[in-house]
This record gives sequence, structure tokens and C-alpha cells, in this order.
Amino acid sequence: MTAAPAIWAAHLPPLAGSLFSLLAITSLLLAFVMLGSRWLNEYLIAFAAESWLIALLSAAVGFYGHFPELYGIAVLTAFFRGLVLPYLLLRIIRRLDVNRELHERLAPSSSLVVGALLVVFAFAVSTHLGASLGLAGTVAVLALTVMLSMKLIGFLMLMVRSEVISQVLAILVLENGIFLGSQILVPGMPLLIELVILFDLLVVVACFGVLVRYLVVHAGTSSTLGLRSLVG
Amino acid sequence: MSASAFGMAAGPLIAIILLAPLAAVIGCVAVRRPRAAEFLNLAAAIASFVAVIALLPRALDGPYTFWHDYLIVDPLGAWVLLSVASVYLLASIYAIGYMRGGDDKRLYRFYALFAGFALTTLLGPLMNNVGVYWIAIELTTLVSTFLVGFERTRESVEAAWKYIIVVSAGISLALLGIIFYYWAGSFELGPTYDLTWSALRAVAPRINPTIALAAFLLVFIGFGTKVGLAPMHTWLPDAHSEGPAPVSAMLSGALLNTAMIGIARFIHVADAARLGAMPRTVVVVIGALSLLIAALFITRQTEVKRLMAYSSVEHMGVMTLGFGFGGPLGIAGALYHMLNHSLNKSLMFFGAGDAMHAFRTKRIGRIHYVLTAMPAAGLLWIAGAVAITGAPPFGLFLSEFTILRAGLAGPNAWAVFVMLILLIVIFVGFLNHFRAMYFGEHPEGASIEKRPHAKGTAFWCVLPMWLALIPLLAFGLWWPRAFSHYFAAIAAQLAGGGGP
Repeated sequence: MTAAPAIWAAHLPPLAGSLFSLLAITSLLLAFVMLGSRWLNEYLIAFAAESWLIALLSAAVGFYGHFPELYGIAVLTAFFRGLVLPYLLLRIIRRLDVNRELHERLAPSSSLVVGALLVVFAFAVSTHLGASLGLAGTVAVLALTVMLSMKLIGFLMLMVRSEVISQVLAILVLENGIFLGSQILVPGMPLLIELVILFDLLVVVACFGVLVRYLVVHAGTSSTLGLRSLVG
Repeated sequence: MSASAFGMAAGPLIAIILLAPLAAVIGCVAVRRPRAAEFLNLAAAIASFVAVIALLPRALDGPYTFWHDYLIVDPLGAWVLLSVASVYLLASIYAIGYMRGGDDKRLYRFYALFAGFALTTLLGPLMNNVGVYWIAIELTTLVSTFLVGFERTRESVEAAWKYIIVVSAGISLALLGIIFYYWAGSFELGPTYDLTWSALRAVAPRINPTIALAAFLLVFIGFGTKVGLAPMHTWLPDAHSEGPAPVSAMLSGALLNTAMIGIARFIHVADAARLGAMPRTVVVVIGALSLLIAALFITRQTEVKRLMAYSSVEHMGVMTLGFGFGGPLGIAGALYHMLNHSLNKSLMFFGAGDAMHAFRTKRIGRIHYVLTAMPAAGLLWIAGAVAITGAPPFGLFLSEFTILRAGLAGPNAWAVFVMLILLIVIFVGFLNHFRAMYFGEHPEGASIEKRPHAKGTAFWCVLPMWLALIPLLAFGLWWPRAFSHYFAAIAAQLAGGGGP
């Protein structure tokens, strides 16, 4: 375990720094893939790929930062976020008979532009936070940027997409962003918390699955545009 | 009493508080009989309530921790447990009357979920690890979503969906804030440590103020979503109005408090981090905004349960103002308000449930001559309506008055005047709806008739309303000295900022 833990990210071998950056930025790009597509299957593949990258990142952080428990987290992340969650969502999509977003409030091309602006904003905030901690220019700033960007992109997806599956995936992007950032910023976070958060995610998706079925059966819609009866 | 002696006394009590609802969940699923499920849930509610009462005096010397520091018993947590357990007991009695006459075959599922919901809300105030507290709050959402959607109508499923999406998205911000806190703390404490409330409080003065402020704002917005503070309140009127009445009471009287305790503890951390006036000003502004939004929607409301839901937004705003003003007086007012509101809002939702059963509508415009239709419940309901608007001689008058006094002496005195004006607007607006329902003009085709409770349910429906109103009246006339000791202990625990 490193002696000056909090700034461990500031004294990385160049290769490790580049690897972390590559994985984090590719994950962010995959969030943009989700933002720029109309097809639910593409969302799903992008989400699964993003989860696998985060698993790789966990393993890499575990290796370079000497946090052996992160290997376990990496395996669980790949298994749950990369396989089980996409499989559960795939089952929901198959049952729904919907394969694309029909009435987005903002076209995918415009969403991409807004998403880019959000990344700029996240970068500005992260640079400010990083500078105040004396971490300017380190991978910590990049981790913060990616974390906040994915958070904002998740919220953007929640706003502009109306299919229920898109909304579930947007929530998962929010979660992925936090998880990705926390691997770099707080790799030593107690194992129990990480495990419970993983488990929690699984339960969340199971609940969403049941609710989606209720929505289709009892409200007759798989789009939140159909949910307009409660106002005021 | 030494910590170990206390541990021997309190350990079994905590076990009863948590295991009783758990046993009810398992029992309901195993037995699958409606009457047995009613009994199991009620027995669990009584057991938890008695255990909480027994725990209260013991918690006064706290905080004490159990189970490798994952559980904490402190005066603040015990106080929230009291309001949660009271509502759970009242709602369990009421549910027996309210839920009969529906689909008896699914009733065991209702009680299994109901006890599970109570378990998660009782768990929250006992959590010592900030991350685990977040998970407990998240669990409350997951269980209660299915209670909100239990009636499986178009509206209730819509409400359940909005509830889970809005709250999950909102509370993910709180997780981000907690990660920020953990990160900032790791600069001082090393990469692996347990982020307990006391550890966070202890390290707060040494963490970077920029991160501390960002983290506080994130957790405030995140848990504020769960508390139903404006402008993050949008899920609340839907969820509260579409769930069955006992569930609405639990959501409003128990769940919101469980999230509110997190905000109180984080304000305490923000004080320790020496961030200046900013955090408390944000809290006060959001509290005042909640009152404003509630006032606007209460005056123009057309549905009876949404009226109660916006009243919850109002009272959460009042409590937030109390914690935001701070100081012994503000904290005492907010905590007294918490218990009073829990009792009063349960009473209001029970009355609304009775009215909905009697008139088969949620619309205020179609409910007439309530006193003739349901004399006993009607009388209790309108007494509760007077109480919830903050009129004397009920408990909420005292607690709101205390919060106003606390605010006047502090730096955010402007909020006191805003609060006062909005409380008057809400008083007029809220009671105007009751005037229409009780003494309104005779509408075309409306019949004046007695609409009794379904056979065998009147006792279960009216009893909890009495049980809520009597203490409410007592607390308005007389502020128990034991409570003052309690509030003083909590204020000492949360000391270090705000008004007098």
C-alpha cells in the first residue's frame, strides 16, 4: 500500500497513467455512442462495453496501486455490470417489442452537441477542484471530468429519451460514471460498500424489470410520453 | 451507565426493532393468509414500537455503536426511530380496516411489502456508515415503489415509475457527494478507512473546503430529493396520492424523516468543515422554496390526497428551515415538528382514505357533507386539518413557533418572514378545501346520507385516528420535559453552528 495514498494517482508510472486515461476516455466515448443512437440494442451493447472497460480499469488500478481486492471487484463488475445487467435488459427489450427510440425530445445529433458542452462544463469544474487540491494535470482531474460528464450525460438522456428502457439505461450510466470515478479517486474504499452497491444495482434493475411489465400491462405504454395522467 | 452495560441492554432492543418486521415479512410470505398477515404485521409494529420506547431513555447517553461500528444508537437516531415506529404502528392498525374489501388474495403480499418497507425505514436512522446509510435509503425506494404501485391501476403504476426514476437519479447525486467526502477524507486518513458519521465529522475541519462544499451540495440535493424538497419534490405528490392510504402515511410520516436525518447530520459535518454561511443559507433557501411551491399547489389543489402530499412538502420545508436555522432552539423545533408532523399527517391520510372509500372519489369537488357521511372519522379528520395548518392548541403550532423564534435570532431572519406569510397562505388555502368538503353548498344531485365504513372495519379505521390526535393535542398544550432533555442532548450532539 502506498504511503501517501491520496496522491497516489499523481505519481504513477507514465504507462499506468496513459492506460487509466485511455480506459476512462473510451468509457466516456461509449456514453456518447449511447447518446448518439436511436437503437435500444446499441445502447445495450455500448453499456456492456462500458462496464467491461470499467472492470479493466479496476484491475489496472488494483495492479498499479497495489489494491489486490480490486481484482475481485473487477471480476464482479465484468460479470454483473457487463453480463447479467445487459442480459436482464435484453430480456425486457425482447418482451417489449420496441427496438428504437421513436419520439426523442432532442434529435441524437443535437444531443451530441449538448453532451459535448456538458463535458466542457465538467472539465471546467474538475480543473477548478483539481487545482484547489494541487492535483492539476493528474489523472485525478481526468477521472473527475469523466465522472461528472457521465453523470451529466445520464441526466441528459433521462430528459430527452422517453422509452422506459432508455431511462433505465440512463440511470445505469449515472451509476457507471460514479463507479468509474471512484475506482481512480478512492480505490481503497472498503470492499463491503462496493459489493453492496453492486448488489443494490442488481436489485434496482430487477425492480425496473417488474415495473416495466406493470407499465405495459396496466398503463398500456412503454414510453414515458404516455405517462401524463398525474399533474398538478 | 457504561458502554458495555448499555450494549447489553440495547442490543436486544435493536434486534427486536429490526427482527420483528423481518419476521413479519418472512411470516407473510410463508403463510399467505390475509388474516394471518394482518396479525403478523400488526404484532411486528407493536413489538418495534415498544422496543423503540424502551430504547429512547437508553439512547440519551449515546452515541453507542454496535456490529463493528455499522450500527449507531444516538439521541438523534432514536428520535427519528420514535416517529417512524409510531407511524408504522398507526398505519398497521389502519391498514387492517382500509385494505379489507380489496383483493384478499394479494393481501399477504401487501403486508410482506409493508413490513419490509418499515424494516428499511427503521434501518436508516441506525446506520453509522455513511455509504451504508445511502444504501438503506435506496432500499426504502425499491420496496416502497411496489407499495405505491400496489393497486396496479394506470395512475398508480405511473406514480411508481416516476417515483423510482426521479428518486434513483436524485439519490445518485448523494452517492457522488459521499464519494467526494470519502476522497477528501482519504488525503488525511489514508486510502482505506470507515466513513462513519463521527469519522467524517472529525476529519471535516481538515478537508479541502472546495471539495467539502461541492460534496455538501451534492448530498443535500440527493437526500433532499428523497425528503421531497422543492424543486426536487416532483415524485412526491404522485407517489403519496396513488399508493393505498396506509402507504401514503408511511411515506410521509416515516420515510421522509429517515432521509431528513441524513440532511441534519450532513449540516453538522458542513459546520465542522468551516464553510462559512453558504451551506446553511442554501438549506434555508431550499426550505423556503419548498414552502412556496407547497403554498401555490395547496391553494389550487383539486384532489384530496395530493393536497396532503403538498402539505408534506410544506412540512419538510419547515423542518429544513429548523435545521437550517440551527442552534438548540432550531433543532428542538425541527425535531418536535418531526414527531408532530408524523402523527398529524398519518391522521390526515387516514381521513383521506376514509373519505375516498365513502365517496368513491379523490376529487375534493365531489366530497360533501363529510360530517353527515362519516361522523366519527369526519370529526377527527377536520380536527387534524386544523392541527396541520399550525393552529393552536395542537403540537404543530408549538413546533412552528419555536422554529420561527430560532430563525429570528440568526443570520437568515428574512426566511422567518417568508415562512410566516406562506404559513398563513397555506392555512387559508388548506382549510378552504375543508370548508368546501364539510360545509360547502349543496351541489346538484349530491345526496346527504350516512356512508358507514364497510362491516367490521370501522374500529380499525377510527382507532388510529384517535391514537394520533390525542398525543397531538397533548403535545400542543404541554411540551414534555423529557423531550426537552432529549432535544438538548441532540443539540449538543449537533452543536457548532447556526443561531442561538
